[in-house]
Amino acid sequence: MVKEDKKSCCDKVTPFVESLFKEYKEEKDNLIPMLEEIQEKFGYIPQEAQKLLSDYLDIPMAEIYGVITFYSRFTLIPKGKYAISVCLGTACYVKGSQKIMDRLKERLKIESGQTTEDGMFSIDETRCVGACGLAPVFTVNGEVYGKATVQKLDQVLDEIINSQK
Amino acid sequence: MITLQELHKIREEKRKELDLRVNTKADTREKHILVCHGTGCTSSKSPEILENFRRILKEKDIDNVRVIMTGCFGLCAKGPIVIIRPEDTFYAMVKPEDCEEIIQTHIIEGKRVERLLCKDIDGRMVNSLDELNFYKKQKRIALKNCGVINPEDIDEYIAFNGYQALERVLRELTQDEVIDIIKNSGLRGRGGAGFPTGKKWELTKASKGKQKYVVCNADEGDPGAFMDRSILEGDPHAVLEAMAIAGYAIGADKGFIYVRAEYPIAVKRLKIAIKQAEDYGILGKNIFGTGFNFDIEIRLGAGAFVCGEETALLESIEGKRGQPRVKPPYPAQVGLWGKPTLINNVETYANIAQIILRGPEWYSSIGTENSKGTKVFALGGNVNNIGLVEVPMGTTLREIVYDIGGGIPNGRDFKAAQTGGPSGGCIPKEHLDTPIDYESLKQIGSMMGSGGLIIMDDTKCMVSLAKFYLEFTVSESCGKCTPCRIGTKRMLEILEKLCSGEGDEYDIYKLEKLAVNIQKASICGLGQSAPNPVISTLKYFREEFREHAIQKECKALECKAMSKIVIDEEKCKGCGLCQKHCPVNAIEGEGRDKRRINQDKCIKCGTCLTNCPFHAIGN
Repeated sequence: MVKEDKKSCCDKVTPFVESLFKEYKEEKDNLIPMLEEIQEKFGYIPQEAQKLLSDYLDIPMAEIYGVITFYSRFTLIPKGKYAISVCLGTACYVKGSQKIMDRLKERLKIESGQTTEDGMFSIDETRCVGACGLAPVFTVNGEVYGKATVQKLDQVLDEIINSQK
Repeated sequence: MITLQELHKIREEKRKELDLRVNTKADTREKHILVCHGTGCTSSKSPEILENFRRILKEKDIDNVRVIMTGCFGLCAKGPIVIIRPEDTFYAMVKPEDCEEIIQTHIIEGKRVERLLCKDIDGRMVNSLDELNFYKKQKRIALKNCGVINPEDIDEYIAFNGYQALERVLRELTQDEVIDIIKNSGLRGRGGAGFPTGKKWELTKASKGKQKYVVCNADEGDPGAFMDRSILEGDPHAVLEAMAIAGYAIGADKGFIYVRAEYPIAVKRLKIAIKQAEDYGILGKNIFGTGFNFDIEIRLGAGAFVCGEETALLESIEGKRGQPRVKPPYPAQVGLWGKPTLINNVETYANIAQIILRGPEWYSSIGTENSKGTKVFALGGNVNNIGLVEVPMGTTLREIVYDIGGGIPNGRDFKAAQTGGPSGGCIPKEHLDTPIDYESLKQIGSMMGSGGLIIMDDTKCMVSLAKFYLEFTVSESCGKCTPCRIGTKRMLEILEKLCSGEGDEYDIYKLEKLAVNIQKASICGLGQSAPNPVISTLKYFREEFREHAIQKECKALECKAMSKIVIDEEKCKGCGLCQKHCPVNAIEGEGRDKRRINQDKCIKCGTCLTNCPFHAIGN
């Protein structure tokens, strides 16, 4: 698993979080919208950002950690360059999405919620992206691949790996 | 800010302009090409199709045709969908490169593009929407505008009686009169539990307090359900209007919509809708000059199923972990920041304006004795017509699966239907004729739920399915109360044992006992209903559980540890399709030889099973 690279991200984190302070008032209920923005921007919630939010909103760090780990959209480790999500909603499950997830884990040798050591891939499970007509689906950086099969997944992975060589 | 006269003028003029959308005999030389922009069709490139149409029309200098993005038409299995009005021609599975031909043949030459016409399940070519079996038994109230209007244009909503109900409520009715109308309509909450909506409004109004709130629950967490999303994407103003009406009725001036961040299109359209309504002065201060103020804010859910539970949702809006509160007091008394709060689900709101305009008698004439109106279902799984259906309460499951849904694909048999998601249960074949309403579903061990309806064919293992739902509940349990946090985990462990062939008969007994305890002792709806998928599968498919526990056999071949896939030599015709599709090259044999599976290589993925045209593969 990748550890967060403290030095390189801190330079960008502080100005971004501070820019959020202009937009959001110092009210506790703004914690989740602000975390959303940080997650969206950096792909995870850096520790530095948690500290800044804690001071600004007057919420203990432990409580912020509690909120981050409670909601599945927030992560403490960076997502991979190619973030792959497999839909495990019921409609996709019934059409065999578990097999796609199993194959993905087998090929990348990581579990769901983890990122490969080289930072290239991360796997997530999502519950319903809403494209049930195309079930089963997986997404790569938000792009939807419908009517997926194990072969289709292999093909997509091979293409990505070859393009990186 | 516009005046009431201006609003009426927009309605009148726009309605004339849009007549061709709903009137196939409209006398006009104009045509509208409607392109579905729901999430399903958007994922298969409908924005590109829209762009292509616009570009080609411009190149060819055609000025009597407009291209419009709309919400979901419902028949997601045939997406991307393009409909041309007024003639109502239905083109299915359109690709961006088909646009040229549609413009040339349909628009310029006035002929239909036969190859793109939608085919019904019986193979019959369908010219227009109404001819499809899928739509025949449906009645659209909550989805009335979906697929008809451009959701990003408030004028189109206004054209079809939009904001007329709000105007009537504010100018002609008292708070109690509004509540009475909703009560008399018999509308019940569409979020799952079915609490009478009018009663909820009455309770919230009766609570003392200067500040009150209206909340819209759009945290549609049931995996495989997308009704609320489609309403927000296709007709966002209907929800805003209903929230303002609710605000007036209970005496609130502020509303929150709690919507999943996983629905980016819905969030975007809601933002646009709120902005447009504010610009027109339909939201904000002194609405229609009546002195009534109402604002709406959006709050994004961050991916927690439990936040669909109303008190957990309130905690989340307040910026905390979404853990449910102990009830009572109910949100109607002590809600958001301790103030009385009205919470309704998206689909519930989508019915409100219609009820005000058409009267409670009209609404209560639809449906069954205790369940009035219609219900939207997201029909998915092993069924031909996957999509969104809205049917009157009391429609039977058989009608939904076979008449609307077009039956089970690949010649398979119906095994079970799952309603209510992780909180609901499975309905077996013998109950296919049960009319769908709150009470009947409860009686057979399932529940209405928010409207997810997943169909399963005879290749599905019910023990695995129960395990699937428990995995979901375990990962979504908030951890506040012990029965749910630890109890569901223990249930999952037992199901894992059964699926891996290590269980015994005593495990089934333990499962049942745990289930009852969790139901009785959990704090919130999530925990109380978590065992439902297990209880209902045990009730109807007990034999399957026993096969797993005693014979160590999974007839559906889903439980890998117990299954071995083999090819029946008598049935195999040597076509080689299984070999072609096998991802690990585990199938041996050449030419017209009968094929064999190399068990050392086989990963039991079942791909061969689904691809065999002769049903020659099994265990």
